[in-house]
Amino acid sequence: MSVPSFDVERVRKDFPILSRELPGGRPLVYLDSGNSSQKPNQVIDTMREHLAQHYSNVGRALHALGSESTEAYEAARDKVAGFIGAPSRDEVIFTKNASEAINLVAYAFGNPINTDDRFRVGPGDEIVITEMEHHSNIVPWQLLAQRTGAKLRWFSVTDEGRLSLDDLDELVNERTKIVSIVHQSNVLGTVNSISPILARAREVGALMMVDASQSVPHQRVDVDDLDVDFVAFTGHKMVGPSGIGVLWGRRELLDAMPPFLGGGEMIEAVWMDRSTYAPLPHKFEAGTPPIVEAVGLGAAVDYLTSIGMDAIKQHERELTGYALEALREIPGLRIIGPRTVIARGGTVSFTLEGIHPHDVGQILDDVFGVAVRVGHHCARPLHLRFGIPATTRASFYLYNTTAEIDALVRGLHHVQKVFG
Amino acid sequence: MIAESMYQELILEHYKHPQGRGLREPYDAEVHHVNPTCGDEVTLRVKLGDGGKVLDVSYDGQGCSISQAAASVLYELATDSTVEESLSVVDEFTRLMQGRGQVEADEDVLGDAVAFAGVAKFPARVKCALLSWMAYKDAVLRSQA
Repeated sequence: MSVPSFDVERVRKDFPILSRELPGGRPLVYLDSGNSSQKPNQVIDTMREHLAQHYSNVGRALHALGSESTEAYEAARDKVAGFIGAPSRDEVIFTKNASEAINLVAYAFGNPINTDDRFRVGPGDEIVITEMEHHSNIVPWQLLAQRTGAKLRWFSVTDEGRLSLDDLDELVNERTKIVSIVHQSNVLGTVNSISPILARAREVGALMMVDASQSVPHQRVDVDDLDVDFVAFTGHKMVGPSGIGVLWGRRELLDAMPPFLGGGEMIEAVWMDRSTYAPLPHKFEAGTPPIVEAVGLGAAVDYLTSIGMDAIKQHERELTGYALEALREIPGLRIIGPRTVIARGGTVSFTLEGIHPHDVGQILDDVFGVAVRVGHHCARPLHLRFGIPATTRASFYLYNTTAEIDALVRGLHHVQKVFG
Repeated sequence: MIAESMYQELILEHYKHPQGRGLREPYDAEVHHVNPTCGDEVTLRVKLGDGGKVLDVSYDGQGCSISQAAASVLYELATDSTVEESLSVVDEFTRLMQGRGQVEADEDVLGDAVAFAGVAKFPARVKCALLSWMAYKDAVLRSQA
């Protein structure tokens, strides 16, 4: 497949924030897109236009604005469905973020109003996650285990930062109800191979969910190819706004699941003592949704498509290779995660011997305008696994350049001078 | 480049050569405080003597230069002073740290701890500076209980 030409300088012009100056005349070097990405004019303008010209509530107002707003909101769903290859637009549920999407699924399990056997969970049943999960794919399952008496289990991570599948057949077994794993680690950058785990899950009749928050923004993700049961991701990491996330699920399963939140818009008819529920996708969208945010996500999807996901992936791969090589020259720097670009995205976390990440981040930001994330990145168990309290993380996106990685490296040398 | 002013020579010196570090016996109370946002933690013990004298403050922990240096400076200021004196230093230090850079530090009370004045301009780092000082206050209260 040919990769469309990619001009990073042209891309950068679409993102107004990238040309702003920080106090003291520092240029901004934004290497924190794994945390949240910046937004192009195309998204900003679309949201502004909607607020200025089309805004109204969706799905209930019969006037002109009501139908324009509803049309834009539902068109965003079509765009997202197309972007991830969803067999049906009704399988795309708008949530607040990926955390809510995962919670929505977790709360369908062990719920007394859900009579479907696949979602019945109790003592003796098992839930399987991995040691490299973001807290958003750990805590909802811990809560499920606490509610139901089920047991939470997890795949371990190798020293290189890959999933260890040695005990796959033991971990995923006939007691397993659901396996939920991250597609691309927000710390290690590791891109997990889903198919061997999925094959085992199918063998034992367990459902499978993928947290794709860090993969959907950076590579072509097709839910039909992935073939799992649920996929969660979030808008703000893919040049869209915050406040909007997505759950994709198989229609047949979503139909079998009980509603998550109750309220307006998710009903068909309500009596004082009972209700019937709206069909998908609205069954899971209680209350006034994040309308403008959804419209903004639609614009983000259009933008990413116009650039080309394969081109974006290729660009990030080059940046990652460049960064892994450049960081090698820094003495005492230890990369936490794979040291090659194979099955790996553009998130590079590391420690600097004898220097705490907070000190690293402070100097990088304040002296060089380099924005990185420091801490445990909402993946504390993974840091415990590596015996470290925190890391410094540089994460790249379509608008980053090798010159920005050079700035990071210069900054790290300076950090070592200050604290050495 | 405000951060470089935050990293005063004295702070870096204490970070690289922490004073009084390591947990020691005997002690009256031991506390463990963490900063959940960054994972910094400190375990701190105090041993009090007659007349409210602070005989020893011993500690161990992990964290950034600010949190580690603050523990070291605390050790120097508190040891061999009295509970009353040291708690008034803690209060003044807390006032300085929570002053968003608008509070004039009382150098007579704070001594070396005045070097942390620059930290107050970084709200995200104030907790780092206060971690061991809050642990100390907690430990003193517990040993008196």
